[in-house]
Amino acid sequence: MAENAVAEEIDLSKIDKICEKYKGKKGSTIPVLQAVQEEYGYLSKEMLERMGDVLNVSPHELYGVLTFYAQFYTSPRGKYVIRVCRGTACHVKGSGRISEVVKEEFGIGNGETTDDYGFTLEEVSCIGACGMAPVIMVNDKTHGNLTPEKSREIFREYAKKLKEEE
Amino acid sequence: MSAVKTDIIEVHICTGTAGVASGAFEVMDAFNEVFKSKNVPAIVKERECKVKKTGCRGLCERDVLVDIYLPGEEVATYEHVTPDKVQTIVDEHIGGGEPVKKWAAKKSYYDFYKLQKRYVLKDCGVVDPEDIDDYIQLGGYEAITKVVKEMSPEDVIEEVKKANLRGRGGGGFPSGLKWTFCRKSPGNHKYLVCNADEGDPGAFMDRSIIEGNPHDVIEGMLIAAYAIGCNEGYIYLRAEYPLAIARVKKALKVAEERGYLGDNILGTEFSFKLHLKEGAGAFVCGEETALLASIEGERGMPRPRPPFPAVKGLWQKPTNVNNVETYANLPMIIKNGSEWYSNIGTEKSKGTKIFALSGKVKSTGLVEVPMGITVRELIYDVGGGIPKKRKFKAVQMGGPSGGCLPEDLLDTPIDYDSLIAAGAMMGSGGVVVMDETNCMVNIAKFFLTFTQRESCGKCIPCRVGTKTMLDILERISEGNGREGDIELLESLAEDIRVSSLCGLGQTAPNPVLTTIRYFRDEYEAHIYDQKCPARECSELIEFVVKDERCKKCGICKKVCPVDAITWEKGQVAYIDKETCVKCRECIVNCPFNAID
Ligand SMILES: Cc1cc2nc3c(=O)[nH]c(=O)nc-3n(C[C@H](O)[C@H](O)[C@H](O)COP(=O)(O)O)c2cc1C
Ligand code: SF4
Ligand code: SF4
Ligand code: FES
Ligand code: FES
Repeated sequence: MAENAVAEEIDLSKIDKICEKYKGKKGSTIPVLQAVQEEYGYLSKEMLERMGDVLNVSPHELYGVLTFYAQFYTSPRGKYVIRVCRGTACHVKGSGRISEVVKEEFGIGNGETTDDYGFTLEEVSCIGACGMAPVIMVNDKTHGNLTPEKSREIFREYAKKLKEEE
Repeated sequence: MSAVKTDIIEVHICTGTAGVASGAFEVMDAFNEVFKSKNVPAIVKERECKVKKTGCRGLCERDVLVDIYLPGEEVATYEHVTPDKVQTIVDEHIGGGEPVKKWAAKKSYYDFYKLQKRYVLKDCGVVDPEDIDDYIQLGGYEAITKVVKEMSPEDVIEEVKKANLRGRGGGGFPSGLKWTFCRKSPGNHKYLVCNADEGDPGAFMDRSIIEGNPHDVIEGMLIAAYAIGCNEGYIYLRAEYPLAIARVKKALKVAEERGYLGDNILGTEFSFKLHLKEGAGAFVCGEETALLASIEGERGMPRPRPPFPAVKGLWQKPTNVNNVETYANLPMIIKNGSEWYSNIGTEKSKGTKIFALSGKVKSTGLVEVPMGITVRELIYDVGGGIPKKRKFKAVQMGGPSGGCLPEDLLDTPIDYDSLIAAGAMMGSGGVVVMDETNCMVNIAKFFLTFTQRESCGKCIPCRVGTKTMLDILERISEGNGREGDIELLESLAEDIRVSSLCGLGQTAPNPVLTTIRYFRDEYEAHIYDQKCPARECSELIEFVVKDERCKKCGICKKVCPVDAITWEKGQVAYIDKETCVKCRECIVNCPFNAID
């Protein structure tokens, strides 16, 4: 339901301009997908079709590439994307519990988004800040040296922020 | 870190990933503000006060790290600096000449660097990664100047061969030899690729180098390109490293403006164009043939070798792939000569290696040590040993392809060949230390979960075999292990090893095999006694406080998130099983190991 509603409002015309820039360039499939996703936040079937038209490639080909890589998303994501590092250093320091705290607070598991599109949980491997393990990122902000309770406080702060923004 | 010669006052602030996460820019603003507001004692004796951004220096847990350079004095370092401390530091230290002792770096900070030999990382944490002039002032781009003006490509290859540089991306293949293959391949369009995909979850040396000293990597690539005869190149960088991406972009732009990249470099015939490619999140893309497929815009699936990239690589052209750290070794080899370089390290493994030390060690971080030091020295002397008075159990080296070493192999010297013989590997340099509270079945399960998820699916043994192994590990850790499971794991491991196409599959069973090899009793305890000796597998823990060991401190009550623990002063704690969610917080936090 919600997904359709979102899809209908989207203006796909920006895709043309983005694609023109990459058209005919070798090795541009991943960069062009990245650029369109950067604009819309995810890549829907309609977007891929429009991209295919401009780039003169089959949408299936684009789809085949995008499903291979973890950083492409086929549905809209939350306003706040919580990335819980599940790399080795973080694992040894108990990051598994932090994913559980996300579940307790927002009811979402890995790859899931809350119904109000407020939060998405994404488990990632190593974000390169292992010295501060366990680490999470909320959008572009990194939070380190966490404990389950500290992370809970952080999540509640963001939840409060989300409410205020509405 | 080295003292600065200038007579201005300099404040260096770590703006690496962890620095920024801990508020480096806020600290920087605070210094700038204090310096700007007039009549500050900081403008002492009309000297200029310069605030400088630097990269990661490896001890990220203590960020924000700040160095103060006063003319004629040794550098003084502060740890955990926050904006509210800045005014005091400026007033008392810069203005009054008295360091603020309570925030100054402690002895353990200096111990961390004492045994290290920081050659590749020499300027990481010192140079401003966004300022090419700072790099040049520290001797940057001297090596490439020497190369293009005084050396033939053959001379350069010869020098790298004599230095005996081996690839730092994991395999340890001799770089000079690899270059010769590519140089000899026919064709006049050749590619040079820098593998900065850094897939090992828990290693971050490549991020640190690229983020902290991007021009060093560019210069290394230039040297290789000249030697091999490449005219175009790519840096393939993980998308998970936004700061590194931003800094490389900036560095590429200025390097080109200054004539270090592009056509007719430094006025010679040598031309080299260099591009940045952002990865899109797939571990297997660190494998060189998959990486090339990904640059071409395809699914990042490994391709069979031969043909090797040196013969048919990117878009079928001869291509040389090296790791970030490998390239970063080159400028100093050229500047100081192969003889100097081959004096560092062991007979067969020359130079230094950077490790990401993590897990249960006092000082976690990035360390650069000469090849040949022992694992024990790395953990105890550099890392400061195991915290909380716990006992060392194992060290995992080499990431998902590597293995675990037990206590009695701690004196293994760190070089490519000794580590392999012991069952681990150099890998990219991830070192995870584990203590008695870490379960070996669990760590094996962790790595296999990772490789299983990251298998590209092309080879059935890799895709299905690792899943089967994972299912077995899962049932073992839940107390449903069966007799014969260990042997089954061993035989599956062998099948996967011999019949997978790329290194991911071939090495995926290693963490399982080495934990079985050295900690078989722990597997057996899970299978036959339904016990997890490390008390990490929550299905196998009773969650009962043992009267005889409980010291009645009450810590467990405080940390339990669901209030399942009752405790009164002077009483043994009690866990209500109905309420307990088996989160293990009490176990992890009990100082007396009193909960079973
Ligand atoms: C599954 C897999 C992942 C790899 N990941 C990386 C990586 O993240 N970084 C890297 O430099 N090499 C990685 N390698 C090794 C590369 O294939 C290649 O050998 C290396 O980049 C060559 O550079 P070097 O000779 O300088 O070490 C990986 C290999 C495999 C099989
Ligand atoms: S071994 Fe695994 S990752 Fe490598 S090519 Fe085969 S299926 Fe893909
Ligand atoms: S933390 Fe350990 S020692 Fe302290 S009360 Fe709880 S069980 Fe007893
Ligand atoms: S393992 Fe979590 S940041 Fe590296
Ligand atoms: S990011 Fe600051 S020391 Fe590593």
